[in-house]
Amino acid sequence: MKRWLGVYTVGFFAFLHLPLLTLAVFSFNSSKFTRWEHFSFEWYAAIFKDPQILEGTWNSVIIAFWATILSTVIGTLCAYGLWKRGSRVLTSSLYLSLVTPEIVTGISLLALFQWAFRWLHWQLGLYTVVLAHVAFSIAYVVIVVSARLRTVSPALEEAAMDLGANEWQAFWYVTLPALAPGIVAAALLALTVSFDDYVITSMVAGVDSETLPMVIYAMARRGASPVINAISALITLIFGALILISERVREA
Amino acid sequence: MKLREWFLLPARAWMAVLFAAPFAIVLAYSLMTRGDIGGIAPPWTAESYARLIDPLYLTILWRSFVMAAVATALCLLFAFPAALFISRSTSHRNLYLQLVMLPFWTSFLVRTYAWLFLLRDTGLINTLLESLGLTHAPLPLLYNDGAVLLGLVYGYLPFMVLPIYATLERLDPALVEAAADLGARPMTTVFRVIVPLSKPGIVAGSILVFIPCLGAYLTPDLLGGGRTVMVGNLVQNQFTTARDWPFGSAISMALMLIVTLLLVLFLRKESESLV
Repeated sequence: MKRWLGVYTVGFFAFLHLPLLTLAVFSFNSSKFTRWEHFSFEWYAAIFKDPQILEGTWNSVIIAFWATILSTVIGTLCAYGLWKRGSRVLTSSLYLSLVTPEIVTGISLLALFQWAFRWLHWQLGLYTVVLAHVAFSIAYVVIVVSARLRTVSPALEEAAMDLGANEWQAFWYVTLPALAPGIVAAALLALTVSFDDYVITSMVAGVDSETLPMVIYAMARRGASPVINAISALITLIFGALILISERVREA
Repeated sequence: MKLREWFLLPARAWMAVLFAAPFAIVLAYSLMTRGDIGGIAPPWTAESYARLIDPLYLTILWRSFVMAAVATALCLLFAFPAALFISRSTSHRNLYLQLVMLPFWTSFLVRTYAWLFLLRDTGLINTLLESLGLTHAPLPLLYNDGAVLLGLVYGYLPFMVLPIYATLERLDPALVEAAADLGARPMTTVFRVIVPLSKPGIVAGSILVFIPCLGAYLTPDLLGGGRTVMVGNLVQNQFTTARDWPFGSAISMALMLIVTLLLVLFLRKESESLV
């Protein structure tokens, strides 16, 4: 019984990981087709020659940078506030934001921006994408940081305050340092969901703010291409490494 | 103002302006009439909601429901044995859990694209089959319901493994031993003891998978090639090509209603809340 389960689980992991591995292997294939010819870096070189991909990557990096910082700060403060005393309204809206289908989030944000721009003569751009990304990332950050907060004893802050610390000092010197690993994990999650998002982004991005997922998506809809294989392999490698590093940080 | 209030302020502001307000706008749009050149116009009407009962759209809603349900069932079927194995393993448990989570952390778009690469006419699977002489023409693997189901299962499988694993891990091993001592065969133990006891994890995992599958947009668009229309694609279509914002908004509201009910169900089942 146990052996069968083991054999099954090997197959299960193969199903999870083989698609990405074969994708990575074929990104080194010199042929455009799925028959193996010989090893080559040409598709990786092609990435760096494609202005659309480079611009998309740059936009994605800028958006992910701001979205991560903003959502991590806002989410951490929020998790701490809710840890002190819950708020039904805020908690429910965070949960709801988490389960709202992406396409619904996308069109409703688009509706909001278009409605607001009737008065404000602004335009969709990178900053609308950042605003949207922060909106859907806060809930992720709150959940991850809250999980960490559950391991922190409120007695520590009480002790600090008995010894003369004010509320702010108790937060800054006592609780916040204990949250550091959770905050790092939350930031990483926010970074991943921001960098990866296509559906919401494509709705609220301006004409000059195409992101990397939007470029990949447009290429993928025209059919598979070895260049996408190469970008995909790079994305998987970079994020895989980031996750493993953060796991080490968390365990340390 | 107390510190807690200051700390909650940015999140409250952000959620009010960029979550509640857009929601209210879409709700208002759903009750208005389509404008001449798209957009919205008065008067107020519930006509868009009445159109939801049109058989054409009911079919699409029903299809999405069935697709999400089948994807959830398949996830459960695939995830349960793996979760059981991981919960029973002693030495490499963390490694296994990381292996489950790793693809989840990498890009969803890339993972969906990987199946496009494998399934298309000139993709790896068809190329392999042809070079082995098993087929002479490419099999139509992509752009159908099967491909969409595969993409959904692949995309959300970790959501099913983790909650089931969490309940199995807490399961008292003495109960399993007792079943064996009383003469139950391994399969009997699994189906009469382990599965019933892991019901909370199964319910939680199923809801976590079903919700994103129901509103899926990317997977059916990329792997279904526009032929497999699910409700997410219908919403997008109403806001872009069809330019019928009130109707698109009404579908969104219907979708939100279903998702909210499922969320309430999920939170009832979960003894400890996440926030």
